[in-house]
Amino acid sequence: MSKNAIKLLLVLLLAMALVVGCASQPAAEEPAAEEPAAEEPAAEEPAAEEPAAEEPAKQIRVGLITDTGGIDDKSFNQGTWEGVLAFAEEYDIEDDNVKYIQSESDADYIPNLSTFSDDELDLIVAPGFLFFDALTEVAALYPDQKYLLIDSVVEADNVASAVFAEHEGSFLVGIAAALKAQEAGEDTVAFLGGMDFDLIQRFEAGFEQGVWAVDPDMTVLVDYAGSFSDSQKGQTIASKFFDDGAYIVYHAAGGTGNGAIKEAKDRVQNGEDVWVIGVDKDQYEDGIYEGDKSVILTSMMKRVDVASYTVAEQVYNGEFNGGVLTFELSNNGVNIPDVNPNLKDEWVETIMEFKDKALAGEIEISMVPSRLE
Amino acid sequence: MNTFYSIMTLTLIFAAPIIVTGLGGLFSERSGVVNIALEGLMMIGAFSAATVTVILEPLTPAAPWIGLLAGAFFGALIALIHAYASVDLRADQVISGTAINLLAIGLTIYFAQIIFNQQRTDSFSRGLVKTTIPVLSEIPVVGPILFTNMYLTVYLALLIVLATWFVVYRTTFGLRLRACGEHPQAVDSMGVSVRKMRYYGVVLSGMLGGLGGAIMVLTQDTQYTIGTIHGTGFIALAALIFGKWNPWGLLGASLFFGFSQVFGIYSNDFEILQGLPQEFFYGLPYVLTIIALVVFSNKSVGPKAAGEPYDVSKR
Repeated sequence: MSKNAIKLLLVLLLAMALVVGCASQPAAEEPAAEEPAAEEPAAEEPAAEEPAAEEPAKQIRVGLITDTGGIDDKSFNQGTWEGVLAFAEEYDIEDDNVKYIQSESDADYIPNLSTFSDDELDLIVAPGFLFFDALTEVAALYPDQKYLLIDSVVEADNVASAVFAEHEGSFLVGIAAALKAQEAGEDTVAFLGGMDFDLIQRFEAGFEQGVWAVDPDMTVLVDYAGSFSDSQKGQTIASKFFDDGAYIVYHAAGGTGNGAIKEAKDRVQNGEDVWVIGVDKDQYEDGIYEGDKSVILTSMMKRVDVASYTVAEQVYNGEFNGGVLTFELSNNGVNIPDVNPNLKDEWVETIMEFKDKALAGEIEISMVPSRLE
Repeated sequence: MNTFYSIMTLTLIFAAPIIVTGLGGLFSERSGVVNIALEGLMMIGAFSAATVTVILEPLTPAAPWIGLLAGAFFGALIALIHAYASVDLRADQVISGTAINLLAIGLTIYFAQIIFNQQRTDSFSRGLVKTTIPVLSEIPVVGPILFTNMYLTVYLALLIVLATWFVVYRTTFGLRLRACGEHPQAVDSMGVSVRKMRYYGVVLSGMLGGLGGAIMVLTQDTQYTIGTIHGTGFIALAALIFGKWNPWGLLGASLFFGFSQVFGIYSNDFEILQGLPQEFFYGLPYVLTIIALVVFSNKSVGPKAAGEPYDVSKR
């Protein structure tokens, strides 16, 4: 009797987990039955320049598919989504017209992209190179649908591919690393990469050039973990770097970098003086070990929000042409954070001087690390 | 020489979660219940530990230790499902284990969403911190390896190895547990409840699996994400088989696995090895494991009754 009751409870629990699991994707709505008016192409409303106060603003519909990291990953998904929201705010787009679907696994990418494509949104955003295969396939099936792919290139007329000049941003943090190391009288810094291929090599290349622009005699140690999600390996490699005399580690390794941050925190709490440079977003918070003190010296930020904002704006103005869009120093696509508690003001000034030189073409930043030349 | 010390220290740190989780597997399999849910149990443990640590850290310096306890507790709680399904309901133990692995992914992310409003926990600021033990670290050779820049949890792991060996081979409880995995009918005929023993085994495996996950996240990561455990539970299972279901064998297998990982990272320090591509070292631990399995697995030595639901009528 009681056994049956427990069985029943267990079944109920599992059933609930199922329901609850589904409910955790609030935005996975059925293609909404939108008012046809919202789908009117932008070109038909030339009067949009001076909308009267009561007249509703011109609308476009933008959808975003997250990768498995989720909408609030504090990284690409979230950053890209923030760009979309900023665009919606600026152009008075109604809330119903910007939406996202979260992907639970890699296998969801194609169905999710297709769902939005069937819905004929004006722009569909895929934040990250993980979407490369899925988008290549879907973009060919829906030739009239406009897509934005972040951080990778799909060659199709209906896809805008946003790429970042990682070497330029890495150049800036390389300068920061060298200045900090000089102050401490250290002569070695290090680079920890996720996987050894051309995209990540650009981080390495820019970083070492930044370091050597300040002090050509500095040593830059380099290692790759072979994974973006192995924090154990990240910690072990960072530990080796620090034991080998590195003062600062710049990581371009995603979750693997968490291990490097942990190692630095441990060492700092044991009285050592070591630092980590974050990547993709401002990682200052991740490095906090006490009060508001952080081991994150600064971060190389890819402004994915700038990319999604820019392309949404293009679609809105009927200027979408697809192709490769490069986000670099000149359009603020890569940068260090606005606030850097661990950098002295004069260092930030020096970094900005170098940035201006790079913008003026006085310094050329190579995309290929010296070990491969 | 310093390089050698560093490699040894890092090997121990790398191996600690594998050792603890593998011992969990040992308790379960020795009692006759196959437990491929170790991965999921580690995820549950890691998530609970990270969450508790994030919440309690501003309040007490003991937060990560409470986190470890929380990891063990919730690991045991989830293991109860496995125990109920495979002992009382006589479900296929592999299926039930797989279900827990899948459940753990969803459950941890779901609760992260509720508690932190994102699909991972917040970063805790300290977690467990490496310590150098005064005096002991001065001992030649042993000092730099065992007592310099070490996590206290490594000692905990070694202690649990010793305790497990004692419990499994030197106590009545251990004898009964092992007997349940070899010949449950005989155990039953002597008036010992197979059901009870198997419950003990599985719940202990949940505790240790959860503890292993907790150790892993609090020593080597800054937050719980879906990639935190990345297959370590399965490595622990492999180490258990490789170590022939024996605590010392398991310890050796885990250290061996940790060593090959760390050695791969240090390989470019040795001139002879510099010509080899990095991929060689990425694959090395797995290749070595397979070779070792082939060489050492001349006969199956696992618990005979593992994987079989106990059936009184077969007595």
